[in-house]
Amino acid sequence: MEFDFQYFLGIFFSGLTRGSIYALIALGYTMVYGIIGLINFAHGEIYMLGAFTALIVAGILGGIGLPWWGILVIAALVAMVWCSAYGYTVEKVAYKPLRGASRLAPLISAIGMSTFLQNYVQLAQTSNSVPFPRLIPRRFSFLQDMGNFMAPGDFIMLVTSLLIMVALALFIRYTKMGKAMRATAQNRKMAMLLGIDADRIISLTFIIGSALAALGGTLIAARTGQVGFAIGFLAGMKAFTAAVLGGIGSIPGAMLGGLVLGLAEGFTAGYFSSDYEDVLAFALLVLILIFRPAGLLGRAAIQKV
Amino acid sequence: MNVTMRILLRSLMVSAWFVLLTFPVLCVKVAARQHTVTVLWERAVGMFAVMIGCSLLWMWYFHRKEHGAESGSSAVSSALAGFSEKWHGLTSNRVFSSSGMGVLLAVGVLLPLVGSMYQTTIFANAFLYVMLALGLNIAVGIAGQLVLGYAAFYAIGAYAYGLLNQYFGLGFWVCLPLGGLLAALAGLLLGFPVLRLQGDYLAIVTLGFGEIVRLLLNNLRDITGGSQGVASIPRPAFFMELSAEQSMNYMYYLTFAAMLVTIVVVARLKNSRVGLALQALRDDEIASEAMGIDLRTVKLQAFALGSCWAGFAGVLLAARINFISPASFTFMDSAMVLSMVVLGGMGSISGVVVAALVLTLAPEYLRAFSEYRMLLFGALMVLMMIFRPQGLIPSRKRAYSPAGAASGSAEGGRA
Repeated sequence: MEFDFQYFLGIFFSGLTRGSIYALIALGYTMVYGIIGLINFAHGEIYMLGAFTALIVAGILGGIGLPWWGILVIAALVAMVWCSAYGYTVEKVAYKPLRGASRLAPLISAIGMSTFLQNYVQLAQTSNSVPFPRLIPRRFSFLQDMGNFMAPGDFIMLVTSLLIMVALALFIRYTKMGKAMRATAQNRKMAMLLGIDADRIISLTFIIGSALAALGGTLIAARTGQVGFAIGFLAGMKAFTAAVLGGIGSIPGAMLGGLVLGLAEGFTAGYFSSDYEDVLAFALLVLILIFRPAGLLGRAAIQKV
Repeated sequence: MNVTMRILLRSLMVSAWFVLLTFPVLCVKVAARQHTVTVLWERAVGMFAVMIGCSLLWMWYFHRKEHGAESGSSAVSSALAGFSEKWHGLTSNRVFSSSGMGVLLAVGVLLPLVGSMYQTTIFANAFLYVMLALGLNIAVGIAGQLVLGYAAFYAIGAYAYGLLNQYFGLGFWVCLPLGGLLAALAGLLLGFPVLRLQGDYLAIVTLGFGEIVRLLLNNLRDITGGSQGVASIPRPAFFMELSAEQSMNYMYYLTFAAMLVTIVVVARLKNSRVGLALQALRDDEIASEAMGIDLRTVKLQAFALGSCWAGFAGVLLAARINFISPASFTFMDSAMVLSMVVLGGMGSISGVVVAALVLTLAPEYLRAFSEYRMLLFGALMVLMMIFRPQGLIPSRKRAYSPAGAASGSAEGGRA
C-alpha cells in the first residue's frame, strides 16, 4: 500500500481540530486543579450544558432570518455567559463549603454534582439525542481554492480555539488578574497576604474555565449536528486526559496535551480502528498517571512529611 | 436591618439567580426542525419556590454554624448524632442486635412466600446492591482508597459466568467462586501499578480502568457479543429442574444468603488484624508505615478484598436476570454504589447496609420518585459531603479502654 498523502493530511487536520477542542476543555480542568487542587468532575457537564444552551439559543434565533454566522456567534456567546454562571454557582454550592475538608470530600462532591447536572438536563430537556441546526455551510470557497484540505466546520473550530487559547495565554501573562491567578496557584496563603482576594480568583478561574468549555460544546455541537445529555462524560474524561498528559496545573501543557491526544486518536481511528480510540484515551490516562504523573510539561510534586 | 430580614432578602436574590441560571435549559424547549419554541413558565415558578426554601435552610445552617450554637451543630445534626449514638448503643447490645438480626432473617426468609414475584425481584436486586456497597466499602470506607470503577469488577463477575457458561458449559456453582476469584485478580492487577498513587489520581486511574473494561466488553464482539451482550444464561438447578417462578425464588434465597455471608465476613474483617491495618492506611499512610504496616501488601489486600464481592455479585446477577450487556456496568452504576457508601457512612457496615437497601428499594416503592433517582443520588452526594461527611450512621473507631470496662467498646464498635 503506498502512502496516501491526501488521506494523511485529512487525518492530521481532523485530529488537530479534535485536539483543539480537547485543549479548550482541558484548560478548565488544569486551571482549577492548579488553583485549588481539585479534579472538577462536573466540568464535562458544563461543556454539555454549553451545547444545550447553544441549541436552545439557535432554536430561538432560527426563525428570525439572521445569517448563519450571526446565529453561531450569538449562540456561542450566550452559552459562554450562562455556563460561566453555572460554573460559578457549582463552585459556590459544591466546593466552597468544603475548603479545608479532607481531600476526598470535594472529589466525591464533584462526582455528585456531575451526576446531578447530567440528570438535570436529561429530565429538563430530553433523554434522546437532539439534532443541532446545521449552521455551518458545507463549503467555503477560499478553502476549496486551497485544495479543500479541511471541512468548514473543522476550520472554524480550529481557528476559534487557537485564537481563544492565544488570548487566554496573553491574559494570564500580562493582565493584573492573570498575575493574581498565577500567584494564587503558586501559593494561596502568600497571595492572600499580599492582598489578593483568593475567593474571587477561584471564582474567576471557574468562570473562565466554564466559558471555554461552553465554547467547545457549542463548536462541537455545530460541527457534529448532535446534542445529548450524556456527551459530557466522555468529552470531560478525554479533556482531563489531555490535561494530565500535558501536566495538570500547566496551561501550555493542557494545550499541548489536547493537541497530542487529538492527533493520537485521529491516527488510531484513521489507520487502525475507530473502535479503539476511546480505549486509547483511557489507556493513555492510566499509563501517564502511573508512570509519569507530572505529564509532559508539569513538574513532579514533592511530598514533604 | 436585622439578621432575619437580611437572610430573607438574600434568599430572594439567590432564588432569582437560580431561576435566571436554569431558565434556558429548564424552561425553554425548542424543536429545531419545526422552529417552535415553548416556554414552560410553571417550571420557573417551581424553581423559584424550591430555591427559596433551600436557600433559607442553607443560610440558616451556615449562619448557625458561624454564630450561636457554640458547638456549631444544628438541631438536625444533633438529632442525627443522638440517633447514631442510640444506634451504636443498640447494636453493641448483644440481645438487641441478635434479635434484630433474627427479625430481619425471618422477614428475608418469608418474603417470597408472602410477596409477589415483583417484590422478590426488587428485594433480590437490593441485596445485590448491599453486597456491592459492602465490597466497595472495604476499599473506600475502611481502607480509604477511592475506587471509581467498581462496576468493572461487577462486570468481570457477570461476564465470567456468562462466557464460561457459553463456551465451556461451566455451571453456576463452579463459576461463583471463579467469578469472585477473577474479580479479585483484576483488583490485584489494578492494584499493582497504582501502589504509588493516592487520593484523586488513584480515583481517576480506577475510573479509567473501569471504562477500559467496559469498552473492551463492548468492542471485542467476537468474544463477548459486543453491545448485544450475552443472552440466555441459565439459572442454577436445585437437584431438579425448577419452574420459572421457583428458580426466581431460589435465586432470591441464594442472593439473600450471599448478602448475609458478606455482612458477617465484612464485619469480622473490619475488626481483624487486616481490617485494622486497612483503617490505619486510611487514617494516615505515613504513620501506619512507620508503625510497621507493609503498605504494599495492605493496599493490595484492600483492592482484592473489595473487588471479590463485586465478582460474586456479578455472577449472581448474571444467573438471576439471564442476560448481561456492557450497558449495565457504566460509570453511573459505579457512582450509584459509591453514593450508597457515602450516604451510609464510610466504613460503617450497618450504615452502608441500610443506605443500600433504602436507595434501591425507595425508588421502586415511590414510583413518582424513581424518575428523579439519579438526580437525587447526585444531590445527596454533594449535600452529605457538606453537611454530614461521616454519613448517616458513622463508623465508630475502635476505642481502647485500659480498664477493660464497657465491654461493648473494648470489643470495638460492631458498626
